[in-house]
Amino acid sequence: MSDYTLKTIMNQPERLAPGHRMCAGCGATIAVRAVLRALHKGDRAVIGNATGCLEVSSFMYPYTSWEDSYIHNAFENAGATLSGVETAYKALKKRKRLPEDETFKFITFGGDGGTYDIGFQSLSGAMERGHDITYVCYDNGAYMNTGIQRSSATPMYADTTTTPVGKASNGKMQNRKDLASIIADHYVPYVAQTTFTTDFKDLHMKAEKSIYTKGPAFLNIMTPCPRGWRYETSEIMKICKLAVETCYWPLFEVDHGRWILSYEPKKKLPIEDFLKEQGRFKHLFKKGNENLIVQFQEEVDRRWEDLLYKCSRKIKG
Amino acid sequence: MAIKERMSGNEAVSYAIRQINPDVMPAFPITPSTEIPQMVSTYIANGEIETEFIPVESEHSSMSAAIGAEAAGARSLTATSSAGLALMWEELLLAASNRLPIVLALVNRTLSGPININCDHSDSMGARDTGWIQIYAENNQEAYDNFIQAYPIAEHTSVHLPVMICQDGFITSHAVENIELMEDSLVKKFVGIYNPEEFLLNPDKPISVGPYSISNYAMEAKKNQEIALENSKAVILEVAKKFKKISGREYGLFEEYRTKDADYIMLIMGSAAGTAKQAVDEMRARGKKVGVLKLRVFRPFPAEEIANALKGCKVVAIMDRCESYNGNGGPLGSEVTSALFCNKIMIDTVNYIYGLAGRDFTVDETKTVFGELEDMVVNGRVPEQYKYIGLRK
Repeated sequence: MSDYTLKTIMNQPERLAPGHRMCAGCGATIAVRAVLRALHKGDRAVIGNATGCLEVSSFMYPYTSWEDSYIHNAFENAGATLSGVETAYKALKKRKRLPEDETFKFITFGGDGGTYDIGFQSLSGAMERGHDITYVCYDNGAYMNTGIQRSSATPMYADTTTTPVGKASNGKMQNRKDLASIIADHYVPYVAQTTFTTDFKDLHMKAEKSIYTKGPAFLNIMTPCPRGWRYETSEIMKICKLAVETCYWPLFEVDHGRWILSYEPKKKLPIEDFLKEQGRFKHLFKKGNENLIVQFQEEVDRRWEDLLYKCSRKIKG
Repeated sequence: MAIKERMSGNEAVSYAIRQINPDVMPAFPITPSTEIPQMVSTYIANGEIETEFIPVESEHSSMSAAIGAEAAGARSLTATSSAGLALMWEELLLAASNRLPIVLALVNRTLSGPININCDHSDSMGARDTGWIQIYAENNQEAYDNFIQAYPIAEHTSVHLPVMICQDGFITSHAVENIELMEDSLVKKFVGIYNPEEFLLNPDKPISVGPYSISNYAMEAKKNQEIALENSKAVILEVAKKFKKISGREYGLFEEYRTKDADYIMLIMGSAAGTAKQAVDEMRARGKKVGVLKLRVFRPFPAEEIANALKGCKVVAIMDRCESYNGNGGPLGSEVTSALFCNKIMIDTVNYIYGLAGRDFTVDETKTVFGELEDMVVNGRVPEQYKYIGLRK
């Protein structure tokens, strides 16, 4: 495609039909529509989906929002299910039971629950086996479908319904898992992390690379959830911008083993700027909790330094 | 021309897979079914079949991938045993409710604990209400024949359900027996090419699979699935009839062995039926009116047919190679007595538990069971219900 100007790319056909039941302002559907825009004209797709908000709201019998073929199997097996679909494609192509001029691409969506946690094994297996699929995690940092329970993608100190803030608790006690790095350590051809930037170029470009790089690709998209994060729906772009500018959510790619930083803020903003916009971190701004923000900042800094180091390494070829 | 061979049950099923040459096979090894994916992998490595093998990282993923592949339009299968089947339990339900005609080669093995690799039926019995058709084999020949009949049953338009082809771990899976194989071309013609009406990779008609369904629709979906399972009974018989034409071997929902005038019948499933038949022959030689009803098709459960087949005898021994921990016997014990009661066949029954975790079941023990049935009728001594046979004192 290479032309990622908003005007051009917004002319791509819409592949997720309206009328689904996702919340207004939900990040997940924004991510899905953007990823599917990267499909080339004429190419078909089979979309997979782990159980979650997206699935129960977009394919409620007898209605489907999916213009392409779509399969939801269960919560923990989106990776394995799409492995089967992709292998069927290989088998049927080999046996000439599909038209030769038809190209199918395989893209699956899972929330962080279905991807970081319950579906982790299935994802790892699918990546290691080398299926020509794209796994897209829409990471909203908690089990939102069941009502905002913590996941291993939930940031430290977030107030969730299984890590509630109380007299004896400051929210989640653990740091979030860095899944993009873990999948990069599978040495798959393409891994990227992104979110919504003003022109969406980063997402569109990475989606296209994920889909059109041969072999397994993993795309981790931060998709804010207004319900779970507790911010005004209209603030989503601001939240995403702050996540990137504070280096909480760095944008990067790992292209055939080479780590590439997609964006470096001119002036890294303090993490408070990101945290204070969200009700789930409200307690951090109470008197006496200053040290918690210091700790949060230290972890963001540590990970950012680590990423800069990875991106600075020279890889031959 | 039939081919005379000697083969283990696993070899026989793998041979059938080679002949059918299905599209996709995801599998994960587990004793005693491991040989099946190994043998299929070897066929692939030697270029003998075009099947795509997916070496998945668990049995949950093997059934998940089989579901993906089958929904995409590919004829799919997997093989497993015991804990492997237990791990894929959630997916068994999805394969059936999505109406996907997947075939599973099950090599029956006990479930943990204690961990044990030998045969009983607790794995498939644990999956008895998942919506799969279940067909059991007495020997290697039947495992082979049942497997060849599996796809024509599963893919029949009035059925569209997955089929589990069960054989007893080690007893038939590893023991080598004489077998009569069919020619490749005959098998291929019998099984045919898979042409699904709707599939994910159909460029002319995209479909969505696996919906969320609110209560307004979900119950109808379940009923339709149940109707399909009921339909499968006639299809199983129809396929068996066609199979007889090409093989000469006859199959039904169950086999009645010397039951016509029998006073005492043993109802049993799997390899132990062979043991029971031997005991029947020896006892018949001494004038005892005994027989065996060997259940082949457990799902759909042929309740009325079983009740009718048993109505002429005085007492039935219902043999369960599975403990169901309901405090009241095994699964066959529950379902067969229910079948008799509902069909107003008021004969006595005794439920026995045998062969758990590979415990031997012998000809002598069979004779003891028949002896207890006779003692009950002649002397009025009522035997203990759901007694464990061969239990160490």
